[in-house]
Amino acid sequence: MAEIFDSAPVRRLNIGGMPAAPTALFLTALVLAAAILAASLYTIEILRAALLQNGFAGWWVFGLSALLAIASFLIALPLARAFAGWRDARHAVKRNDMVAPRAARAQAQARCWIALGAVFAQFVVVLLAQFLLANNQAVARTFFFVPLMADTFPLVLKAFWINVEIFTVTEILVLVWGLVVALAMLAPGAAGRPLRLIASTYVDIFRAVPAVLMIYLVGFGVPLTGVPLFKDMSLVTFVIVALTLTVGAYTAEIYRAGILSIHWSQAAAARSLGLTHMQALRHVIVPQAVRQMIPPLLNEFIALQKDTALVSVVGVIDAFNQSMLIATNHYNLSAATSVALLFILISIPQSHLLERMMQRDRARLRAR
Amino acid sequence: MAFIDIRDISKRYGDLPVINRLSLTVEEHQVVSIIGPSGSGKSTLLRCINGLEAIDDGEILVHGERVSGPGVDVNALRRDIGIVFQGYNLFPHMSVLGNVTLAPVKVLKLSKAAAEERAMALLARFGLADKAKEYPDRLSGGQQQRVAIVRALAMDPMVLLLDEITSALDPELVSEVLGIVRKLAQDGMTMVLATHEMGFAREVSNKVCFLCDGAVHEEGTPERIFGHPTRERTRAFLSSIRDAKRI
Repeated sequence: MAEIFDSAPVRRLNIGGMPAAPTALFLTALVLAAAILAASLYTIEILRAALLQNGFAGWWVFGLSALLAIASFLIALPLARAFAGWRDARHAVKRNDMVAPRAARAQAQARCWIALGAVFAQFVVVLLAQFLLANNQAVARTFFFVPLMADTFPLVLKAFWINVEIFTVTEILVLVWGLVVALAMLAPGAAGRPLRLIASTYVDIFRAVPAVLMIYLVGFGVPLTGVPLFKDMSLVTFVIVALTLTVGAYTAEIYRAGILSIHWSQAAAARSLGLTHMQALRHVIVPQAVRQMIPPLLNEFIALQKDTALVSVVGVIDAFNQSMLIATNHYNLSAATSVALLFILISIPQSHLLERMMQRDRARLRAR
Repeated sequence: MAFIDIRDISKRYGDLPVINRLSLTVEEHQVVSIIGPSGSGKSTLLRCINGLEAIDDGEILVHGERVSGPGVDVNALRRDIGIVFQGYNLFPHMSVLGNVTLAPVKVLKLSKAAAEERAMALLARFGLADKAKEYPDRLSGGQQQRVAIVRALAMDPMVLLLDEITSALDPELVSEVLGIVRKLAQDGMTMVLATHEMGFAREVSNKVCFLCDGAVHEEGTPERIFGHPTRERTRAFLSSIRDAKRI
């Protein structure tokens, strides 16, 4: 081996020559920043005119415009840092060693990209503002007509309570029902085969049928059948049953995947201590599986919360249905925007809360 | 009457025979070591003894009573036959104390207090008392394996099966685990260990069985198997181990 390496020609590492300051990148950032600044100021002027035209007068219109204008100039800060970086890089190159210019150039490039990122963010904001103000503020009026939103908000909130009621009850039912179905799908042995078959058939069917169709079938169909006991239940009960059946099929699959994700050696250890199949599931497998299932379960629950808006097909006056009535009466969709905001408002804290809970749990179990 | 009497058992995974007409006896208070190349059926043999694997042929008797075949209450059998695995298999969502008390509470129906008292006594005996509240992931491999042994002992088993319990450990942690096994052997615990630790097998066992192709190829006292193996494959196996400097 030695002579092979000895006879080889000398190879040198080649990782590029003397670096140059990122002039083109910096100039790009400079030009784009100037452009976005101009666009911002133009948009602010339109906004000011629109506010004055709509009868909002007084010092606060001027104050708001001034504040927004000052905010627009904040783009100069990252740009200044980019400029400082570019200047440092130029000086470093003149000193004619390799290492310092390389580091300076890397920093200058990073700062230029940060400035460009800020330009892009400001561009998005300007674009959005332009969209809202377009066609004599038609967009803003259609979706965000504040007086109507304020007037109808109590009505919308009251109706939204129905959504909350439906999804809270459904979530509780689904947690239990999904586990039951999942355990049936995992029933052991030959005796468990019919159970497995029934459970997986249920999941196949109810995952395939659209939720809105299921709500329609149960909500309108069951009262028509006139079966005693069932026919006297409330419409809300029917939609809860329909949603539980649909979402339960998904949840069962989440449970099953979670349970199967736990390595079989855990079951072997539990069974080898004399625990029964159910005891091993209850104390060893499911508690670990639940930790795997939480993110997909939350996904499922947020999807369910939104799906409660589907109950309007059978005439339940939920927030969406209420907002549609308001939209028909006022020829304006702003109440529907309120509903959208309410759904956003409840979904965001859930994911944050859950993420924090899971971090705490991981910190407890994992090695430091 | 032998304590464990394994008569002519066979086990197949599909078409692959893993254990092939294997017979073996273990006396009470005896330590029996199972050695042999990987794939020779050591782990499967142990898993058949406590019913984690069902055998296809033959029978297994404990105290003269047949414990293999259909209809046997494997949960009851496993109460009295403990097993410790190569990969520890501790329950990661439970503290050490939770791991050790789970089966005594749920299976033996001990009160929580009684189970914890028993667990703490065992943990203290094996130098783990200060780890009782820790979770498994915070322990070293050696500590985890010692907890796994304590978890099996907390069921007060009549026999302990040890399935290559030091194979996953760093070399310097092996001795702390083997120390426990040595202690248990001195106390007269009946044990069957599948192992690659030839030196330890020689020191601690009353009988060594060389497994090959799913059957006992040669068995005898440790002195005889390691000193004067009579059969060719035993000799070849031991000399390959010696070449790897693992004796």
